[in-house]
Amino acid sequence: MKLALPKGRLLKDTAALLERAGLGPEGYNERSRSYRLKSSRFPDLFFKVFQERDIPIQVAIGNYDLGICGLDWVAELLAKYPSSDLEKVRDLGYGRSDLCVVASEHAEVSSVGGINDGFDRVRIVSEYQNLAESFALRQRLRRFSILPIWGAGEVYPPESADLAIIAETPAGSFASYNLVPLVRILNSSAFLIANRDGLAKADISELLACLQPFDVETEAETPLPAITSGMFEKGEKMAEGEEVVRIALPDGHLLKPAAEFLDKAGLNIRGYSGEMGEGGECGESEKATRRPTIDLPGVTIKVIRPQDMPLQVANDNFDLAITGQDWLNDHLYRFPSSPVKEILKLGFGKVTVVAVVSEDLPAHDVHGLRDLVIGGFLPTLRVASEYVNIADKYARDNHLERCKIIPTWGASEAFLPEDADLLIENTETGETLARHSLTVIDTIFESSACLIGHRDTLSHPSKKGRIERIMNVIKKGG
Amino acid sequence: MKVPRCKGMRDLLPDDMVKFRQIEEVFRHCSLKWGYEEVRTPTLEYLHLFTATGTLTPGMLGRVYSFLDWDGWSGERVVLRPEGTIPTARLFLENLTGGEISRLSYVGNTFTFEETGKERRERWQCGVELIGTSQPLADVELVLLASEVLGKLGLGPLEVRLSHAGLIKALIGELGLEAAEQTQIFDQVLEGNIKALGEIETEDVDLKRALALLLDVTESSPGFLENVRTLLGKALPRFEPSLRDLASIADLLGAMDCPYRIDIASGRGFEYYTGVMFQFYISKERVGGGGRYDDLISLVGGPPIPASGFALYVDQLMDLVKLEERPVSRILVQSQDGDVTGLRSCFEVARSLREAGYLVALDQGQKAVGDYRWLLSVSGEGLFRLTDQATGEKRELTSEAEIRQVMENSR
Repeated sequence: MKLALPKGRLLKDTAALLERAGLGPEGYNERSRSYRLKSSRFPDLFFKVFQERDIPIQVAIGNYDLGICGLDWVAELLAKYPSSDLEKVRDLGYGRSDLCVVASEHAEVSSVGGINDGFDRVRIVSEYQNLAESFALRQRLRRFSILPIWGAGEVYPPESADLAIIAETPAGSFASYNLVPLVRILNSSAFLIANRDGLAKADISELLACLQPFDVETEAETPLPAITSGMFEKGEKMAEGEEVVRIALPDGHLLKPAAEFLDKAGLNIRGYSGEMGEGGECGESEKATRRPTIDLPGVTIKVIRPQDMPLQVANDNFDLAITGQDWLNDHLYRFPSSPVKEILKLGFGKVTVVAVVSEDLPAHDVHGLRDLVIGGFLPTLRVASEYVNIADKYARDNHLERCKIIPTWGASEAFLPEDADLLIENTETGETLARHSLTVIDTIFESSACLIGHRDTLSHPSKKGRIERIMNVIKKGG
Repeated sequence: MKVPRCKGMRDLLPDDMVKFRQIEEVFRHCSLKWGYEEVRTPTLEYLHLFTATGTLTPGMLGRVYSFLDWDGWSGERVVLRPEGTIPTARLFLENLTGGEISRLSYVGNTFTFEETGKERRERWQCGVELIGTSQPLADVELVLLASEVLGKLGLGPLEVRLSHAGLIKALIGELGLEAAEQTQIFDQVLEGNIKALGEIETEDVDLKRALALLLDVTESSPGFLENVRTLLGKALPRFEPSLRDLASIADLLGAMDCPYRIDIASGRGFEYYTGVMFQFYISKERVGGGGRYDDLISLVGGPPIPASGFALYVDQLMDLVKLEERPVSRILVQSQDGDVTGLRSCFEVARSLREAGYLVALDQGQKAVGDYRWLLSVSGEGLFRLTDQATGEKRELTSEAEIRQVMENSR
C-alpha cells in the first residue's frame, strides 16, 4: 500500500492527521529532507512526499493507492481528463482555500458576464491551466490566451494579464493586491484521494477508517502579512503608458543574489530585498513587496517567478527581466522563434543542469542509459523534470526512445527510482543529489542569471535611452 | 516492438480505401456537375475561429484537439479542425466574397476527442456549402443533391428528416428563460435530448396541444404543418416565420417527389443553425446532416450572408456501400533470365500493357502469386509465356499485341 503525502502548505495539518491516526511516519515534517517514509503501525504501508500538485496524477496513474492533496489540484487534473481513475474519498477539512477568477479593480470589469465586452483578447494567468481553459470555454470567451505561471498570479493584473485564477486563502486577501474576485470557481480543501482500481481490488478499510477528518484548530495558520501594492494607492487609476520601462525581478533562490547584485550596481530599489519565502510569500523582517519601486522615472518593477519570465517577456508584458539561463533555454526549446533573447550575462546564481539516475541503475553515462533502453531493461524511459522542454530535447538528442516526460513541480529527486528513471535537474553542489542516492551521468549545460529582453526592446524609440542607461548601470555591477 | 496506432484512430486498409474513393468520387462527380467547386481548408485553424463565433457549444469546444503552436508563446491555441463548415466559411470570407452565389464542396477529416477511445476521434466527411441565398429552394437543392449522391452509391431507401432551428428556438422562447439558459437548452436538444423541451409550462391550452403535436409527431402528411398552425392560436406569430419556411421547403420537396418526414425532435448538429435542419438516414443509420446557418458568416467577421450546407459521413457510408469488384485484370510480369536485357523487356511490356488499361506488377521474387489472374514470363529474346491462372492454360506468344488479344478473348 502506497500513500503520497504533500509538501508545503498542507504538511503540518497532514502530519497532525497521520499522528492522530497512529500512522506516524517519522520524519514527515517541514525540516525533514527524506522523501521515503515508513509507518510504525502498518508495516506494508509506504509513504512518499511530493509537491502537492504532483499527487493527483501519481494516484490517477496508479503509482500510489492513496494520496492527500488539495481539491484544487484534483479538479485541475479532472478538468482535462474527466475519466481519470481517481476517486475523491474524503474531505479532510483543513487547508481551505477558494479558487477565484480575479481582475484588477482598475479594470472596467466587475462581473463574469462583462468579460467579453471588457477585452478584445482576454489574457488569463494561472497555475491552473486546465481549470482556466474550461472556465474560458464555459464563459464562451470569444478570444483568450492562457498563460501558465508557476506562481505569484496576484501581481499580474492589470498590466500583465486581464484575469488571474488564483487561490484566496484566509490569510491572503485579494484586496491588498487591488484585485476583485469575479467568481469563485472552487472551494478547495485537503482531500484524501484514491486510485479507483486500487480501491476496487484491495481491502484498505482499516487504513481508510483511521484517516478521518478532524476539526482544525482555528489558530493553526499564521496569517501572512499582506504585500503592499507599492505602486498605486487603492482606487487610484493606474496609468501606465507605452513609455514605461517594465522590469521583472525574480523571487525564490535568485532573489537574494539579484538584490545584492543590483544594490552593488547602485540601483536603488525599495521593497525588493526583504525576506521572501520559498513560496514567494513576503517575510516579516522588512516590507518586501511584489511591486518594489526604483528611483528612476518611468520604470516599474514586478517580482515574479523566474520560471515565468521568458514567456512574459515574449508576450511583451515586460521589457527586461532577470532570470536563469535554464529557464530561458527551456522557453526557447519550446518556442524557437520566440522574440526573447539574452542581452546580458549576470553571472550569479550559478547552477549546473544535469542528467541524473539512481545509484542502483547500471548506467554510468548517457550511452549506458541508452543501452538499457534499447536492450529492453527500461522499455519506456520515464524522465521527470521541472524543465519539460530541456528534458524533451535531451531525450531526443540522445535517442532515448521510447521515453515519457513527467512534468514535476519541485522535489523532483523524490521521483527516482520508483516513479521515474531519469531526472533532469539543476544542482549547485551536488549534495542534495548525493543525499538521495542519485548519481549524475551527464552535464547538459551551466546556467547562471541573465538579463533577458524582447527582441524589439532595444530599438523601441522612446524606451531605448532609459533601457541603455539601466543596462549600463547593471553592467557596472557585474 | 510493435507500436499500435493511436487510440481512437482508424487505419484505412486497401479494401477500405476502395470504398472511400468510391464514395469520394461519386460525391465529387455529382457536386461538380451541380456547379459546386472543390476547396480544401487546412487541418490547423486558430482556436478563436471557433470560440469567436460562439457557435460551438462549450461541450464541443472542450473536446477539440487544441495545442500551442511552435510560436504559440502568446498562449493562443490552434486546433485540429473539429468540423467542416466554420473553416469553409472562413475560407470563403478570406478569399471568395466577390460573387453573388458560391457553391463550395470539400472532402476532409475532422477531429474530436472522445475519451474512451472506443469511438472515432478522426472522422471523414464530404460536404457542400451553398452561400449567398436564403431561399427555400437552396435548401431543397441541397437535399436533392445529397439524395442523388446516396442514390448513385446504391444506397437506399433514403429517409430525410426535417427539423427547424428557428422553430426549436421559438419553442425554447416559450420557456421564459434567460438568454444563456435558452442556449443551453438548445444545445441539449441538438445533442438529442428533446425532453429538455418537455417542461414547457403554459396556460395556453391551444399552445400546449400544438407543442405536443410538434414534438411527438414524427410521421407527416402535407397537412401536418397546417394543423399545427391552426392549433397554435394566438401564439402563432412567434412561430409563423419558421413554420412558413419549413412548409415551403416541405412543399417543394414533395413536388420534386422527394420523400421526407417532419420530425422536429430529429434536429441535430451545431448551434450555428438558424433555419431548416435536415438529417439523412439509410436503414436507421444517420449518414449525413446539415442545415441553414444564415448568421455564421457575420459571426466569423463577415457581412451578413445567408448560407446552408450539408455533410455526408464517410465512415458510416463505408459500412453501407458494397465493395466494388475490381474490374481490371491483374498481371504479374516475371523475367525468365533475370539479366538486364530481360528486365528491360519486362519493364517495356509492362508499360505498354498499363497504357492499355491493365494493372501490371513486376515480380519481386514472391512465392504467392494467387492474387494475379495472369502470369507473364518474359525472355531476353522478347518471347512471352502467358499463364491464365484461372484455367491453368499456358501459351507461348511473340508480341504484346498477341498478349492483349488472348486476354481480351478470355473476358
